[in-house]
Amino acid sequence: MSGGISIAGVAASLLLILVAMAISRREGLGVEGSIAWAALRAALQLSVVGLGLGLVLANDAPLAWSWLWVAGMVLVGGITVARRVPTVTGLFTLTCAALSVAVVVSLSVVFLFGIFPMEPRTIVPVAGMLLGNAIGSTVLAARRTLVELDEHRDEIEVRLSLGQAGTAAARVHVREALRTAVTPQIEQTKIVGLVALPGTMTGLLLAGVAPKDAVLVQLAVMFLILGSVAITSVIVGRGVARRMVSADQRLVLPAPPA
Amino acid sequence: MGAPDNERFRLDGVEVVRDGRLVLGPVTLSIAAPGPVVVAGPSGAGKSSLLRLLNRLDAPSAGSISYRGEDLSHTDPTAHRRRVAMVFQRPVVLPGSIADNLREADPRLDDAQVAAALDRVGLDPALADRDARNLSGGEAQRMCLARSLATEPEVVLFDEPTSSLDPTSALRIERLAASLDDHAITAIWVTHDLDQMRRLAAHVVVVIDGRIAQSGPAAEVLTDPCPAVAGFLDGGA
Repeated sequence: MSGGISIAGVAASLLLILVAMAISRREGLGVEGSIAWAALRAALQLSVVGLGLGLVLANDAPLAWSWLWVAGMVLVGGITVARRVPTVTGLFTLTCAALSVAVVVSLSVVFLFGIFPMEPRTIVPVAGMLLGNAIGSTVLAARRTLVELDEHRDEIEVRLSLGQAGTAAARVHVREALRTAVTPQIEQTKIVGLVALPGTMTGLLLAGVAPKDAVLVQLAVMFLILGSVAITSVIVGRGVARRMVSADQRLVLPAPPA
Repeated sequence: MGAPDNERFRLDGVEVVRDGRLVLGPVTLSIAAPGPVVVAGPSGAGKSSLLRLLNRLDAPSAGSISYRGEDLSHTDPTAHRRRVAMVFQRPVVLPGSIADNLREADPRLDDAQVAAALDRVGLDPALADRDARNLSGGEAQRMCLARSLATEPEVVLFDEPTSSLDPTSALRIERLAASLDDHAITAIWVTHDLDQMRRLAAHVVVVIDGRIAQSGPAAEVLTDPCPAVAGFLDGGA
């Protein structure tokens, strides 16, 4: 394939890592170690992933392996989000549920409408793109929901004191948090191609795919990502808010981490 | 259920523990109509903690609370809060017009009912469509009272509602609270202001260091205080 790249080529690109480390040293940033570690970690992680994908995407590999791979990505997503927002109990389960819904809904659209054929080399990358983007907005949705509820505690307690149920009392503030969580993806969709070429398209162009085809694939992926971000943000934002209301309809926010 | 007809709240061995520290209790207390019932005590004594339990915005760490003979842990909290309303320390204005604020309590209120609710607290009914954020502190607190009364409660809890108001506005709120008994609504009013307590109270509950130091008819508590309460009344607590 014309987009193929040799080990020597990757080694040459390491020159840029050396440049970044030199800048860090010269400017006294003190992040040379972090840059080297990040580069090494990326190389190790992607090598392992590459080996795994080699098995999963092999021509004779059963489709079930691809779905297992997707399930693994959902679990890692759940762990990542739960670690980043440790004050919410049960966030792992909630995130896994939200990511699963997003994957099922998006991939159903992809395969039922024949956007891509259902085979390992479409299932895994498309699910990966969706999940990778959804995780960032999920963390944002969870964090912003906590911040909004905390900042508007007075208003929520007034509504509770008027006899409103907890979810109703928190609704406008959760809405605000969700708006914040999905806005970056909306903005990214708006400016796509103007400032930077998105990842899928860049990859396809580098692999020698015609620009028209790369654009079509990229558009489909972006729309799927936007949908997935909306689905996961809503499920997680609302789920977090529900966890902040006790069974007897009190607002029970976690203590801020020490 | 065995509770006297005029009894509103009964607290048995109630405690509130926060961050491992006992901030209230153990409290055993009966609060009865008619009011106003003034819960007084020095700042930080646990008065607001006590009040929040009565609206179920907080739950006790130990003990039980009943309202009109019904154990609160077995009743619907949203229904309870409509019977036992709350006016907070600072007037919390919700987004929208004054009418929108009242409809947070009851979305079915028509314009005439909104006007009547504003008139009841001495606000001009013509203000109904004005942005609630433009009200002065005193007006906003009266609107908050009107909003709380829109659920047609039997009890209104006041958590130092005049602490951020000028004396004239404070007196208006006090008079409104005192007049609630005429409508069979019991006011339970938290304050650390001794003059306000003397002006307002029919019954007094004095909270010192998280415990009930003394409670009873105002005349009795004020004329024959126990030593701890006497110290508080002298401004020494």
